[in-house]
Amino acid sequence: MSTAEEAIRRMTDIPLSMRGPAPARVIAGFGFWLFLLSDVILFSALFSAYAVLSGATAGGPSGAELFDKGHVFQETMCLLASSVTCGFGLLAVQKADSRGMYLWMGVTFLLGLCFLTLETGEFGAMVAAGHGPSRSAFLSSFFALVGTHGLHVSMGLIWLIVMLLQVKTLGFRPMVQRRFFCFALFWHALDIVWVGVLTIVYLGAR
Amino acid sequence: MFGRLSLAAIPYDQPIIIGVGAVLAIGILSVLTLVTVKGWWPYLWREWITSVDHKRIGVMYVVLALVMLVRGFSDALMMRSQQALAAGHAVGYLPPEHYDQIFSAHGTIMIFFVAMPFVIGLMNFAVPLQLGVRDVAFPVLNSVSFWLTAAGVLLVNLSLFVGEFARTGWLAYPPLSELSYSPGVGVDYYLWSLQISGLGTLLSGINLTTTILKMRAPGMGYARMPVFCWTSLASNLLIVASFPVLTATFGMLLLDRYCGFHFFTNDLGGNPMMYINLIWIWGHPEVYILILPMFGVFSEVVATFSGKPLFGYRSMVLATMVICALSFMVWLHHFFTMGAGANVNAFFGVMTMIISIPTGVKVFNWLFTMYGGRVRFTVPIYWTLGFIVTFVIGGMTGVLLAIPPADFVLHNSLFLIAHFHNVAIGGVVFGVMAGITYWFPKAFGFTLNERIGKSIFWCWFLGFYLAFMPLYALGLMGATRRMQHYANPHWQPLMIVALIGAVLILFGIALTIVQIAVSVRERHAHRDGTGDPWDARTLEWSTRSPPPAWNFSEVPVVDGIDAFWSFKKQGSPRRDLQEALMDLHVPRNTPIGFFLAFFAVVLGFALIWRIEWLAALGILGAVAIILKEAWRTDRHVEITAEELAAFEKAHAAMSVKHVHIVAEVES
Repeated sequence: MSTAEEAIRRMTDIPLSMRGPAPARVIAGFGFWLFLLSDVILFSALFSAYAVLSGATAGGPSGAELFDKGHVFQETMCLLASSVTCGFGLLAVQKADSRGMYLWMGVTFLLGLCFLTLETGEFGAMVAAGHGPSRSAFLSSFFALVGTHGLHVSMGLIWLIVMLLQVKTLGFRPMVQRRFFCFALFWHALDIVWVGVLTIVYLGAR
Repeated sequence: MFGRLSLAAIPYDQPIIIGVGAVLAIGILSVLTLVTVKGWWPYLWREWITSVDHKRIGVMYVVLALVMLVRGFSDALMMRSQQALAAGHAVGYLPPEHYDQIFSAHGTIMIFFVAMPFVIGLMNFAVPLQLGVRDVAFPVLNSVSFWLTAAGVLLVNLSLFVGEFARTGWLAYPPLSELSYSPGVGVDYYLWSLQISGLGTLLSGINLTTTILKMRAPGMGYARMPVFCWTSLASNLLIVASFPVLTATFGMLLLDRYCGFHFFTNDLGGNPMMYINLIWIWGHPEVYILILPMFGVFSEVVATFSGKPLFGYRSMVLATMVICALSFMVWLHHFFTMGAGANVNAFFGVMTMIISIPTGVKVFNWLFTMYGGRVRFTVPIYWTLGFIVTFVIGGMTGVLLAIPPADFVLHNSLFLIAHFHNVAIGGVVFGVMAGITYWFPKAFGFTLNERIGKSIFWCWFLGFYLAFMPLYALGLMGATRRMQHYANPHWQPLMIVALIGAVLILFGIALTIVQIAVSVRERHAHRDGTGDPWDARTLEWSTRSPPPAWNFSEVPVVDGIDAFWSFKKQGSPRRDLQEALMDLHVPRNTPIGFFLAFFAVVLGFALIWRIEWLAALGILGAVAIILKEAWRTDRHVEITAEELAAFEKAHAAMSVKHVHIVAEVES
């Protein structure tokens, strides 16, 4: 057994919990996971409000009358595809490959923008038809839940622009890579929330 | 131009408010003048306001809480004196609309701006030291958290003089808190100050959870963590899991008030009871967020001053985590009267009673720790003993309230008020006082005056019983909470006894200020040169008092529970210092937290008064500050091994010198 292997074996004899403070990369990622967890809980409160109020249409339109499933399918495809491209983008970031990064993250940005355009179109049409959030408790909870997700996507897009500028000016230093990693986690988490929105709000519409 | 804001917002016609405002303005001005005249601004800016050191931030949290304790307690005194006067034909001195603001502000301030900053401050100060690490996981974020809390504090205090505060009670139940019934700015002050400080609390929870789970000294496995770290972990997990619910719930109420949504309105399908369910899904864990770290303080204190390891370490940890999990399954006991039906009420009643089991385990662990030990009757032990007696009584009245039929009679009565003050004062306040007295010498390098400390304890202890035992009786006699006036003159004698109790507590608070002043004056006689004034057991006592910015010159290696105790008994594994010391870096100070809080106040104020351009300015300012921070690259200050060695050498010499001084003073 070589001395390097010997050193690794001795290291792994110590339980993970006793090896002292974790490296900065692990700490940043873990902290961000906790933030995402808290964000998911925020959404779960909005989901439960929607579940309670989804029948409270107060004589106004119900979900089944309002939602266009084809439109929602386009939104979903944009967002799911953007998660894939974001994954490729992150691989490029980790390899410090700036061309790949600009390509994949650029596509991610465009797909996110498509999603937002589709969503604001949907919201605008509903409000114009008099089916805005003030119409009924059901519509209040719908706009709050789906709108909060949309707000998160907008924040994500702004964050992505900032990250591209950070790479441009600061290069792929560990600090920038850590932040890009957190951005990717954020983007994927929004996808997971959207799967919940799609299932409960749009496919579950009555 | 100024939204709803005009000169009419300043309550000229209310002599009490204007009087308080004048006194406060003079106080603030004289402090600012003193700081300016003495030329302390550069020092304050450099060492405190921009500090990202967890110890400094912890101290600032505690100072903030102490200041707000005075504010919240003034409200309490006004309520008690009004109720002592306003019986039968007497009307007292506070009109109803003012009285309603006072009880709302009292509850809001005491929970969010006194208890929370006290607890978070103690955790911030002690947890990294106990873990044997150099700082929290995210030091800059820590500063942001503190300053966001301070921003909330500023907004709440602003409501005193500009506009009004909520008249809705401390949880702002709808439909009363909806725009149609509370059209003024009071509820908006409430909501925005709590949204801003709540964000700070959430970030602080994420920070400390990450610190405890990912940053511990080598050798410190989970089963070797000090109990205070375990209880802090439970508390911060609860913060991460429950504060987003508070944010979402307040967000929905804000949408109702600002954008005409119908979450909690009476019309168009809104559901007010949903607010009450959601708010208590946050609210019940919140009481454990406050009390669990205090259980940790008592555990540290009782083990240290009994000279014994804590009895039943593993059962203590298990009990803590069981309480942490169960705290999410009892929220409905706050409103059994909602009428959810016998089965639902029975479930939540039984769950509530089950929580008392792990709590009982803890009480026995503390008692058995003292049993057979040589207990030193210091001030922290006084608080601990007072806590054990008082908290058990509060726990038992809680179990009584957990029986739904009994709760139907006692709901919203003074019995309930007595119960939760019984656990909040007997648990949280006593714990905070024990913790401050215990860790003060670590933070400042000298101990607090012991004799005054004991007087403070007796004021609070006797004051509590005088103030709240009558309220139990009054509750059983049918007195409800939040009464500006009552018709039954037979209640008045007990109300007067309660007022006397409150005055006794006032003496306790005044003596706290005296104690700090006297202790600072006598600091040379009570200097702690050793770093370990209590002969304690955990790692925070193994470094200097006050600790250097880097906490530990040499990273401690832990081989069991009570690591410092075993260092002292077996001899520390300290190697030759020159050889062991290595270059390290500490995070560089930054004013981002202060500036973010500034723009948060601007944004909050603008939204409360509906001044659009000012709100836009607040957002732009905050974004600019965040972007500036994102491009900051000089994030660390290097400390070389030579500097560390020089520091250690100077302190070793100093501690010898101090032993001589203390010996001279004592002889």
